[in-house]
Amino acid sequence: MFVDVGEFDARFLRKLKGEFDESHLACFQCGVCSASCPVIGIEAGFNPRRLVKMARLGLKRLTLSSEYIWLCSMCFLCGERCPQGVRIPEVMTALRNLAVEEGYIPEPMKRIRRLLSEAGRLYPIDDFTAEERTDRGLPQIEAEPGFVKRLTGAKP
Amino acid sequence: MRYALFLGCTTPARQMNYEQSSRAVAEALGVEFIDLPFGCCGFPLEPLDRVRALAMAAQNLRIAAEEGLDIVALCSACAESLVKARWLLSREEGVLRRVNRVLKGELGVEYGGETPRVLHYARMLHEEVGLERIREAVERPLEGLRVAVHYGCHYMRPSEVYEGFEDPERPRSLDELVEATGAESVDYPGKMECCGGALLAMSERIAREMAAGKLRRLSDLGVDALILICPFCAIMYDRYQTLILEEGRVPVLYYPQLLGLALGLKPEELGFDLNAVSVEGLLEKVGAR
Ligand code: SF4
Ligand code: SF4
Repeated sequence: MFVDVGEFDARFLRKLKGEFDESHLACFQCGVCSASCPVIGIEAGFNPRRLVKMARLGLKRLTLSSEYIWLCSMCFLCGERCPQGVRIPEVMTALRNLAVEEGYIPEPMKRIRRLLSEAGRLYPIDDFTAEERTDRGLPQIEAEPGFVKRLTGAKP
Repeated sequence: MRYALFLGCTTPARQMNYEQSSRAVAEALGVEFIDLPFGCCGFPLEPLDRVRALAMAAQNLRIAAEEGLDIVALCSACAESLVKARWLLSREEGVLRRVNRVLKGELGVEYGGETPRVLHYARMLHEEVGLERIREAVERPLEGLRVAVHYGCHYMRPSEVYEGFEDPERPRSLDELVEATGAESVDYPGKMECCGGALLAMSERIAREMAAGKLRRLSDLGVDALILICPFCAIMYDRYQTLILEEGRVPVLYYPQLLGLALGLKPEELGFDLNAVSVEGLLEKVGAR
C-alpha cells in the first residue's frame, strides 16, 4: 500500500495523545508486536506495528478508514511483549473510538450498539430462554437492564 | 464465602451449561452466590466508546459495592473489563471525571472509588477455596484422564491490570485446578493461543481459522478433552468445532463441569446436554455413565 505522509493531521495526533495514554509515542518500530500477533498468520495485511506507525505519523484518514483497525482480537500478547511499553490493544481501541466519531463504523459494530441500547443485552433473555432457565433450575434474571440501555447511548 | 455472581450476556442465554455447572460446584464446595441486577460489563461497547464502556463497568461495580459483596465473574472478558475499570478509575483522574460525567448525566449517580474485588470463577476456586479443599472434596478422582487446558487471554492479561496475578504467558492456576481432580494436564504447542472469539462479529472467517489451529493439533494429540473457562472460548472451540473437524473431535468441558464430575455430581446437574461436541465417551471413561 502506498502511504502519502503528506496527509499528516496534527489535530488527530493531538486527540490521539490526549484521549488515551501516550504509550504509542515510545514505539521504535521493532516489530515485536507483529511477530507476536495471532491474526497476521491468517490475515497478512493486518499489522499492528504498521498501524502504530500510521497513527504516529498522523495519517488520520488512512488510519481511521482502515478496516484493519477492527481486526485485532484483543489478545494482549503484543502489549505484554513490547519492549517500549506500548499498550497496543489500547491504541487499537483509541483508533476505533476515533473512527466511530468520524463516522467509520462497521455494520457489526452498529448492530452491537443497537442491541445494547434497545435490548440491554447482546443475547436476549426471551420467553424461550427464560423457560429453559427455569427448567434447569436457574434463577430468572433482569431481561432488559435499563442502565445498560441508557449508558450505551443512542448515537448512530 | 459469599460473592455476587456476574453472569454477563453470553453465559445465561447461550452457555447455560457453564452457569449450571458453576452454580452446582460452588454449592458443593460451600460457596454462596448472590444474584444482583448486573448488566453488560462494557466489553462489547469498548470499540465504539471507551468512556461509556467504563461507565457501564463502573455501574456494575457500584451495584456490588452497595451490597458489600465482591464479584465472581464467569466470563473472562467480563472479568477483565471490570478489573480494568477498577484499576483505571483508581489511577486516572481525568478518565474518572469523564466516566462520572456520563454516569451523572444518564443515571444521576457517581462512581466514588467503590472497590469490590473482582475475581474470575477459576481464580476464586484457586485462591479462595484453595487446592487443598478441592482435593479433599474429590469423590471420583479422574485418574487416567489426559486433558489440555486453554487459559484464554483475558483471564490474566493485560497483566498490568491484574497486578501480579499469574504469569501472563506461563500461567499455572488452571493446570493446578485440573490436577486437583486427579486428571493430568498435558503440555501442548499453542497452549497460549487466542480463540479468536472477540473477532467473531467482525470476521467469522478469521475467528474460525484462529480456533481451527488449536483444534487440529489437539485432535492429532488425542487428548481426552479440552478444558476452558470462558463462554467465548467455548463458542469457538465447542460450537465451531462441529464445523471445523469432521472426525477426531475433542470434547470441550468447562472447568466446573470437569470438577463437578470429580466431586461426584451427576452429568445432568452439570449441563452436559448442552455441550456441542459429544462428551459421552468421556463420561463413560470416568464412570459417570
Ligand atoms: S513492539 Fe512496541 S516498539 Fe515494537 S513495533 Fe510494536 S509497538 Fe512499536
Ligand atoms: S492484541 Fe491485537 S494486535 Fe496485539 S497480538 Fe493480539 S490480535 Fe495482534
